[in-house]
Amino acid sequence: MINVSTLPAWLEPLAKMAKGENLVQNSQMLFSRLLIPLAGILVFLMLWHTAASNIDTSLGKFPGPAEVYHQAQGLISEHERERERAAAFYERQEKRNAERVAKDPSYEPKIRDYTGKPTFFDQIGTSLITVMSGFVLASLLAIPLGIVIGLSSSLHSAFNPLIQVFKPISPLAWLPLVTMLVSALYVSDDPLLPKSFITSMITVMLCCLWPTLINTAVGVVSIPDDLANVSRVLRLSYLEHVRKIVLPSAIPMIFTGLRLSLSIAWMVLIAAEMLAQNPGLGKFVWDEFQNGSSSSLGRIMVAVLTIGLIGFLLDRAMLMLQRLVSWDKAATLR
Amino acid sequence: MPGFKALRRRLHCCATLVIALTSIVAVAEDYPEKEELTFGFIKLTDMAPLAVAYEKGFFEDEGLYVRLEAQANWKVLLDRVIDGQLDGAHMLAGQPLGATIGYGTQAHIITAFSMDLNGNAITVANRVWEQMKPHVSKREDGKPQHPISAAALKPVVSDYAKAGERFRMGMVFPVSTHNYELRYWLAAGGIHPGYYAPQKGDNSGQLNADVLLSVTPPPQMPATLEAGTIQGYCVGEPWNQQALFKGIGVPVVTDYQIWKNNPEKVFGVSQTWAEKYPITHRKVVKALIRAAAWLDENDNANRDEAVKMLAMPRYVGADREVIANSMTGSFEFEKGDRRDAADFNVFFRHFATYPYYSDAIWYLTQMRRWGQIAEAKPDSWYMDIARKVYRPDIYAAAAKELIAEGVLSASDFPDFDTESGFKPPQADFIDNITYDGSKPNAYLEKFPIGLKGKEAL
Repeated sequence: MINVSTLPAWLEPLAKMAKGENLVQNSQMLFSRLLIPLAGILVFLMLWHTAASNIDTSLGKFPGPAEVYHQAQGLISEHERERERAAAFYERQEKRNAERVAKDPSYEPKIRDYTGKPTFFDQIGTSLITVMSGFVLASLLAIPLGIVIGLSSSLHSAFNPLIQVFKPISPLAWLPLVTMLVSALYVSDDPLLPKSFITSMITVMLCCLWPTLINTAVGVVSIPDDLANVSRVLRLSYLEHVRKIVLPSAIPMIFTGLRLSLSIAWMVLIAAEMLAQNPGLGKFVWDEFQNGSSSSLGRIMVAVLTIGLIGFLLDRAMLMLQRLVSWDKAATLR
Repeated sequence: MPGFKALRRRLHCCATLVIALTSIVAVAEDYPEKEELTFGFIKLTDMAPLAVAYEKGFFEDEGLYVRLEAQANWKVLLDRVIDGQLDGAHMLAGQPLGATIGYGTQAHIITAFSMDLNGNAITVANRVWEQMKPHVSKREDGKPQHPISAAALKPVVSDYAKAGERFRMGMVFPVSTHNYELRYWLAAGGIHPGYYAPQKGDNSGQLNADVLLSVTPPPQMPATLEAGTIQGYCVGEPWNQQALFKGIGVPVVTDYQIWKNNPEKVFGVSQTWAEKYPITHRKVVKALIRAAAWLDENDNANRDEAVKMLAMPRYVGADREVIANSMTGSFEFEKGDRRDAADFNVFFRHFATYPYYSDAIWYLTQMRRWGQIAEAKPDSWYMDIARKVYRPDIYAAAAKELIAEGVLSASDFPDFDTESGFKPPQADFIDNITYDGSKPNAYLEKFPIGLKGKEAL
């Protein structure tokens, strides 16, 4: 049996109709949840198409939907070609290793990673990994700190001015500092993680720390007095108080913070990658801009739409996570 | 051809044996100390030797696994070579020299491989070209007489000055070939490009300038020209042909016309890196020499294939026809005015890859001429710096190995036993001034515009 409430909103009426529930009401729902958004997208595509065919840039026409689709397919076939090249690379390498072992038996063959350029899809992967590591790191810092600050008013007064000052700092202002610090402190001949990854991750972390921190603290402060009193009556220990009383009631606020943080993290990451030339989608966009070929704008547009789509999916994923852990299943979340 | 391959392999074995016997160190030394390397480059057609060495497997033949990474600009590229994120890079010839004498960033960078000759041009905005045109003499067929001197630009610049506007031009880096070429061209036409005065903390290079020069990264030149921030620029290909193609500007003069067969980019590595990995370094140079030879083989027969490689988004990424315009033996000035330029970009012939001391010294003379070197230096100083930065010894070791392997022949290279590292005095400059690398101070005296002798700002 499918639990209807866990489906995406537009699928829900379809599922209900399939089960034979109220047809009229559900087809109305279907209309407002599926057809109207689809019409919106269609109108947007049409406007985009007309506008694009009227804009001339020095790199040719501004890419319309058809051109973007064409470039997206190009990127896919490029990815496949690159995979073939990689396979050939490994084959050559094994052969070379075998030859060398034959000449010099003491040599221990080693397989080196493919040296070709990351494709569009590789860059998506890199960006996702970077954003998630920065975000998780920030959350691991921000949630406990937020709880502690929320529980103690003197700590709150101590941290508040710092938070207020650090919060509005433009993400990219951190980047040069982080880059220099990482270069200075992260010295290793054979680093486990590339410097560029660490730089991006720390920049992302610094920027997406604040919403979670502030929302957690606010969530903790606003626990109903009744609950606090219950905890006192039961003489719960500090940790138990946090686990049984604070966390459950602060969870909605914490998640609001996390969702804000994640969307900031994603935006910051792309900008940081563009600026610092760190691998990822941002670098893809920058490289294409520098190429200045007639297909560059189309490829950038593919990347831009992908960035938007991924940002949207990340937010949806957080929402689903929130539904899973939320105590109050009846609360509407959007 | 399996027979040929077998022969090659046997020759290779022989060569290895010979080297093993003649050197004191054991056979194991034949393998590079560091196999995984990352090299940086800027999106310009003259990075071609790197792309070719990768795509044709020349790096792999030497047991090297190389990653090629495009860099945002020349500063980032240099910094990353210095801090070790890059093992080496496609560099402006002035960069290793500038870094070693401490102009800009201080670091000991060396080069054992010169990447190409020529390959740059100067482009002006369409409007400027229209204003220059009346001052350019015409050939019988009505097309402009080349080379076009900056004297044709001079009235335009003074019109700008009269209207209270400053004439601005772009180049790619303070110690770039482009900066010196643009300055050379302007000064030869009687326009003062301005001085640097690092001793006063003035690194703008705009002291006493008629034309203000500023830094713009190569791929952004056409966009900057289009935006009207600059009225012209000097940059490598394909960014001049790009401007022409997009109807943004008109290339007026190539660097081949300013100085025939001028040295251009070099492959730079840090001195510490070179000391740590001498075999790797030699092998890298070997692969690059092979790539350069491939690019010029049989009268540029491989250039079409090279253009295809460079047009890939991972390398230069511009449209194929734009890159082909300069890489395949011709250069288009005004729309429709395409002229033969077989040597527009030379990668191997004329011993293009050999790191000549005299090339290094020319760059140093221009640094002195425009004030980047603030004080007078004796001729011996120029020689010392050139020896510190340019390393024909490493080049010769790599070339000799290639000769021993039968890949290239001795006639492809200068005679290493007698080569002094100084080209004979060269007179093919747009202002007909002769350059003799062995007399840098005397050379500086010949210029009407520029610092000389004990002059200081």
